[in-house]
Amino acid sequence: MNAAGFPLLSLLTWLPLLGGLIIMSVRGDEATVASNARWAALWTSLIVFVLSLVLWVRFDPADPGFQFVEQATWMPQLGITYKLGVDGISVLFVLLSTALTPICILASWESIKTRVREYMLAFLILETMMVGMFAALDFVVFYMFFEGVLIPMYLIIGIWGGPRRVYAAIKFFLYTLAGSVLMLLALLAMWSQAGTTDIPTLLHTTFPASMQTWLFLAFLASFAVKVPMWPVHTWLPDAHVEAPTAGSVILAGVLLKMGAYGFLRFSLPMLPIASENLSWLMFGLSVMAVVYTSLVALAQTDMKKLIAYSSVAHMGVVTIGIFTINVQGISGALFQMLSHGIVSGALFLCVGVVYDRIHTREIARYGGLADRMPAYALLFMLFTMASIGLPGTSGFVGEFLVLVGAFEVNFWLALLGSLGMILGAAYMLYLYRRIIFGRITRDDLRAILDLSPREIAVFAPLVVLTLWMGIYPSSFSAFWDATVSAMVEHHQAALHAPLHLAAVTK
Amino acid sequence: MNWILALPEIVLAICGMAILIAGVLQKRETFHLCSMLTIGAFLLAAMLVISGPAGLGYHGQFISDRFSSFVQLLILTASTLAVIGSLDYNEHANLRRFEFPVLILFATVGMMVMAGASNLMTLYVGLELQSLSIYVLAAFARDELRSTEAGLKYFVLGSLASGLLLYGISLVYGFSGTMQFDKLATTLADPTKVSAGLIVGIVFIVAGLAFKVSAVPFHMWTPDVYEGAPTPVTLLMGTAPKVAAMALLVRAMATPFGHLLGQWQQLIVLVSIASMLLGSLAAIGQRNIKRLMAYSSIGHMGYVLIGLAAGTPAGIRGVLIYLVTYVFMNAGTFACIIAMRRRGKSLEQVSDLGGLGKTDPVMAMWLTVFMFSMAGIPPFAGFWGKYFIFSAAVQSGMWALAVIGVLTSVIGAFYYIRIIKVMYFDAPEEAFDARPASLSTLAAVTGLFTTLFFVFPAPIVNAAEAAAKVLFG
Repeated sequence: MNAAGFPLLSLLTWLPLLGGLIIMSVRGDEATVASNARWAALWTSLIVFVLSLVLWVRFDPADPGFQFVEQATWMPQLGITYKLGVDGISVLFVLLSTALTPICILASWESIKTRVREYMLAFLILETMMVGMFAALDFVVFYMFFEGVLIPMYLIIGIWGGPRRVYAAIKFFLYTLAGSVLMLLALLAMWSQAGTTDIPTLLHTTFPASMQTWLFLAFLASFAVKVPMWPVHTWLPDAHVEAPTAGSVILAGVLLKMGAYGFLRFSLPMLPIASENLSWLMFGLSVMAVVYTSLVALAQTDMKKLIAYSSVAHMGVVTIGIFTINVQGISGALFQMLSHGIVSGALFLCVGVVYDRIHTREIARYGGLADRMPAYALLFMLFTMASIGLPGTSGFVGEFLVLVGAFEVNFWLALLGSLGMILGAAYMLYLYRRIIFGRITRDDLRAILDLSPREIAVFAPLVVLTLWMGIYPSSFSAFWDATVSAMVEHHQAALHAPLHLAAVTK
Repeated sequence: MNWILALPEIVLAICGMAILIAGVLQKRETFHLCSMLTIGAFLLAAMLVISGPAGLGYHGQFISDRFSSFVQLLILTASTLAVIGSLDYNEHANLRRFEFPVLILFATVGMMVMAGASNLMTLYVGLELQSLSIYVLAAFARDELRSTEAGLKYFVLGSLASGLLLYGISLVYGFSGTMQFDKLATTLADPTKVSAGLIVGIVFIVAGLAFKVSAVPFHMWTPDVYEGAPTPVTLLMGTAPKVAAMALLVRAMATPFGHLLGQWQQLIVLVSIASMLLGSLAAIGQRNIKRLMAYSSIGHMGYVLIGLAAGTPAGIRGVLIYLVTYVFMNAGTFACIIAMRRRGKSLEQVSDLGGLGKTDPVMAMWLTVFMFSMAGIPPFAGFWGKYFIFSAAVQSGMWALAVIGVLTSVIGAFYYIRIIKVMYFDAPEEAFDARPASLSTLAAVTGLFTTLFFVFPAPIVNAAEAAAKVLFG
């Protein structure tokens, strides 16, 4: 049995679905159903979150391998098992998913008025898929959850989204699906080579170099869409703009991390030669993303679109970090992923606050909110600074580490990467100035109310996390230090193994 | 005498005649009674299939093995689902005639014979019994122009296909001297015995069977017949005969012509690619949901043919698993289509589903499950069908086929999720009439199967594996 003494990860994965069944069984008139659905969803997600804290407490950071492993036979004929477990890389993403879900549910408490039951159901299904995906230790299980995410997200964008929601939802679905099916082929190719889809086994399987390139490209097709990397990022601004606030939060907070997680879990450790040979491609695409989308962000007139483009740029920094393949770079990437999950989620919530009041995301419609909403202005400033990467906030640590890692690889890479930070400061400060400062010119803004207690409750944990991660980062990075070092060592060993052989045979 | 091998078919045929006599002799309308008796006969036949012995009988004309039992059980399931689907539709469409279930029953007998054929003649006889019954069923709403047109079209084109098949059989017989599957297999093991005429014969046989599974380029009849035939008949046509014809194709290619893999593989690959492309592209423009399902079935048959093209036990296993998932999700979808009725009038446009998520959340949920499943999104059953098919293709190194397959499945996903879009994102239309219990049950049973297949895949995967191994002895 695992460290928790009971199948913790299965419970975390399937409990939300149980909550969903309870929600489905609610009967009564519309108001009762809505209210019961909200509470049931909140309680379910809170219970899941509290349970997931066991991971935080009982996880052994010194062990680089998989922990809390649980296993059941599923399709033994094909070498597929139902296997869950977490290591230093995935454990905090499981926690991120379980932490953001109750926040999202709370954030949609009042803004979602139609079909509340279905909405809450979709969010709980989404939580199941997210947790399952990060905890999966079998490739087929992973793929099932990875693709399964599409179903609730498609419905969330399409049903509760903005005016162009249908276009955005279908675009989101088809882009992601097109990438994933190529990964499915890569999965099958790996399976036919190794005879199993067990991830720990695959991590120690050596694939022929020529095959690695193809596998890498197939994975890239899938993960690049999810991250998203330039030039397949165009679904993201559409999806973000049209999704309801909580949908954007979960999209930016967790779903974008799935691609980067995929790189870390599959591409890098399983295909070391291809990762090394094709790192120029990854750097090129990432730098393009950082510089180009930052410039695009400067020109946006819609708040959500601006933050969406900034997400692409920040994720570009993450992919630079991953493919530096050194300890600093990968640690930085992981930190940046976590930080971005919280900060961009919080920024979308900030947009949601004013959108709920004024019902527009047009930047030009706002101005001078500092007068009427001081608490809001303070919060918004904190998250803006975190997004820019001010020391003392979570954003700084990740970007700094990634740049250190990038310096070890190439000076120009680091220079171009840091350009993103400068441009990031430009568009975020510009956004902040236009919304918060200046004079109030419109009547509806004069009557605007500051944060409600519910909203403060939503933001409070995010503020704490942002500062905690910025001031004392080791309490987070301690989780993955051992795993990342082992991963880098393994990578170096895999690269040099053929060389050693060559030396011996000479 | 080992006549007992065909006991399920014999019993089913006798039941058919008994039900026919019962229907004729009754003064009042006995549609409901005969339907129930038919379902009972199917259950009886299924039990006989499960408990029946295995072996080759009737001087090598008929075989009963794990492959045939697997396919026969699937056919019986599909026919049962079709009868259940017809219960309510026929009441409303004024097709309350006891011949309806009896015709389905005889078609099923034909299909079961197809599954057990081990001689080209048995194959033909079974196929004709099935086809003739379905020609009549397609034209069953005889007062309706579209239905008669569908029946006639199906009949004319189907006769042509039968002609092709028969011509192919005669060529094969002429050039090899036998129609027996096992004897063909031993004869053709010697490459010097393979003549050009024989290959032409095989091409004709493939063409004739490709017509029955509606694979491109023999698919022309499908959209019109699907649209015109009464919806329960479309349900039947979309499931059981496809299974039977596909099983027949698989057995014919794997057993007697197994040594000629190199010759027919290219043919199947081309047909498969063409079907997948046409199925996914042509469906995009469809407004009528029955036509859309016709193109969707063409696409699905393309995927199934990938498994056959792989030509390995793993491929055949994939074919069988895909067919199982396909039968359930297709039957479920048609159950939902039959339930699309407003003030007693059946509707067929995709746009009629507008806002179903509000007006009938349960039906919308099931239809969503079926659509995601058809698009191949995990964890639904349709994904697993594709998974097994593609894993076989990858194992055989057929990369081009696999890549085209997954890409067309993305294109196909577009029109499936468009239906979901109409149901959930569009403004609500007027609610449909209350669903009858039979259709609710049908949708729920098939929907639960489609949703929960991934939890307990083992029995079906094991049975399919055992069945596939039989063909490769």
